[in-house]
Amino acid sequence: MSEIRRRDPRREWIARNRLHPEHAAVLAELEGGAISEWLGPNGVIRKNPRAIGFIGPNGVKRIDRSGAQQGGQATGAARQEAQDSRRNVIIEDPAFLVTVVPELSGGRLSGHDKDLLGLARQLADADADRPGAVLAVVFGEHKEEGFGEAGIDRLLHINGDAYVGFAPEARLAALCAVERELAPRHWLLPDSPLGGADLGRRLALRLNERPATGVWQIEADGAAPLGWRCTARGAAESLDIQRPLPRVALALAECAEPVDETRHAAEPLSLSEAIPSALSRIEDLGQVAVDPAGVALAEAEFIVSGGNGVKDWDGFHRAAKVLGATEGASRVAVDDGFMARDRQVGATGTWVTARVYLAVGISGAIQHLQGIQSCDKVVTINLDPGCDMIKRADLAVIGDSAEILAALVAKVEQQRGGQRDAA
Amino acid sequence: MRPEQQGVDVAVLVSVGRHPITGRARRADQDARGLELALGLERQLPGSRVRLLHAGPRGEESESALRGYLGMAAGAGTGLDTLTLLEQAEGSDAIPALAQHLAAAPPQLVITGTRAERGEGSGLLPYALAERLGWPLVNGLAAVEKVENGVATVLQALPRGQRRRLEVRLPAIVSVDGAAPAARQSAFGPARRAELEATPVAAEPDQELAQWQMAPARKRPKRLKIVKAASARDRFKAAAAKAEGGSGQVLEGVSAEQGAEAILKLLEAEGVLR
Repeated sequence: MSEIRRRDPRREWIARNRLHPEHAAVLAELEGGAISEWLGPNGVIRKNPRAIGFIGPNGVKRIDRSGAQQGGQATGAARQEAQDSRRNVIIEDPAFLVTVVPELSGGRLSGHDKDLLGLARQLADADADRPGAVLAVVFGEHKEEGFGEAGIDRLLHINGDAYVGFAPEARLAALCAVERELAPRHWLLPDSPLGGADLGRRLALRLNERPATGVWQIEADGAAPLGWRCTARGAAESLDIQRPLPRVALALAECAEPVDETRHAAEPLSLSEAIPSALSRIEDLGQVAVDPAGVALAEAEFIVSGGNGVKDWDGFHRAAKVLGATEGASRVAVDDGFMARDRQVGATGTWVTARVYLAVGISGAIQHLQGIQSCDKVVTINLDPGCDMIKRADLAVIGDSAEILAALVAKVEQQRGGQRDAA
Repeated sequence: MRPEQQGVDVAVLVSVGRHPITGRARRADQDARGLELALGLERQLPGSRVRLLHAGPRGEESESALRGYLGMAAGAGTGLDTLTLLEQAEGSDAIPALAQHLAAAPPQLVITGTRAERGEGSGLLPYALAERLGWPLVNGLAAVEKVENGVATVLQALPRGQRRRLEVRLPAIVSVDGAAPAARQSAFGPARRAELEATPVAAEPDQELAQWQMAPARKRPKRLKIVKAASARDRFKAAAAKAEGGSGQVLEGVSAEQGAEAILKLLEAEGVLR
């Protein structure tokens, strides 16, 4: 059968109009035989309550009185398509460029980056007749696919070994090459410790600009040189400074709403001239192994958390050690005395911000799910396939936690052993 | 093998801080951490010298705040009994005066806080000095591991409690933030006895800063969860919905090996295994 479902407005209208002579027949056709309403022999409307509604995805009968179901049901796929209707925007000949250097923590656009791109779109789209384009400069490898959805028109991907890790001098040289060749009107960077706070200040001073730092709001202002005025935080967050927006601005998180109505081209761009290699006086020797148990639970990057389903606690501790993860626990595990109170994750414990959260034997009470709201990826090992944690998880494995953790530890150790032999 | 016994010449740039609640002048937290780092370096490398440097106006309040730094060296048995004060009028630019002073007698290492607790507090000063002097700069320093042959090995603090090891060629500027070791107490007596060496310097007023409007920080508006829904039913569903991952993958009826394999793949893709 073809995927395309054609609507018949006339039939839908008849199905809604119960005074229509063909009403009963049309309704029977639409709902697969069972008629829920018909005109009785004495001119009274008769109803069959068993024929109303439809069988929901969990096998439970649902009655939808909102009208959404009436006359030709929209399938799930069709409805999703309707929700995903972003307007496509292509800016062929931009009047100016707004350059954004996202921090790309973990290889993806962070929430801060998306807010910043929203701010960039505000600057670019202010004049509808002469729109500017948003150019994103991305260093190194990334895993992001939604550059267009985030509001990027042009994407400059600068790849190379020189830009990996802490390489402010090489990155600065690349940004200076962008400045020379494309001369963007605005430079926007996130004021975040890992991303733009360092690079943005270096760039501003190299371009001989006095940047606005900690910007959290911009407003149009005809009197300012660039047509915008900004409000920035100063003096250890205790002052609001209002000033004209300079060319280089470092913005805080939630400075603007992220783009959600348009889809942009994210057209790849490359520089015509080669980027001069900068002599680096700073050498990155790589990250240092830190004791995961010493990292505060609230800011740990990778957490292995145990709950009521964990029976083999020695195996759990061993797995956390081998994986190099910080240990967390659900309330039950803490109450039963298997873990310390300061390791409790959830509304009454710690609200965690881990990038990867591995929940072992946790069914997912609502308080626990609140505590892991801001985690990126949730992996769970659980015996019960119907629990709430599985609905939240990005990857769920149904099975015995002790066996799976032991297998995971064996695999990791085998891999590390192999690497050591090779080296 | 003989360990390197030569010390390093360290200059710590200090500022007048502001207590977050009372608003009184105090030693700035990050600068005090920077001085703590320098004093630790002095213990680690005998023969090191620590200088304190401040540019700004001299007043009763700022003087007592600056003496807070001098009180930290009590009992350390060091030459830290003076602070060089480059005296300037209120509201003038500190960067040219500091750059000139540092260029005249260049130290090997300059330690500053990340950002000031008064004024603009943009955190630009270390970067401006690095640009003017042409020295490398490392931000967010947590510890100095060793200094050998004009190269310092340092640990940089990353978010989430991580550390990165860097090698930087001296002379260099480093800035410290909250990840550096906490500052020791300041002793009152030695702070009173220590001297402030004030030298008036030519100051350029900061014209641009004077034109900006400053106001006490307003609370930032909380972001609202905007639900774009056509019907009341959709709005209700959005308000009543539980958090859900959406496209979660569920592996049921697989062996422990296969399950572990899938988890390992995800952990590797996220790059959390080291």
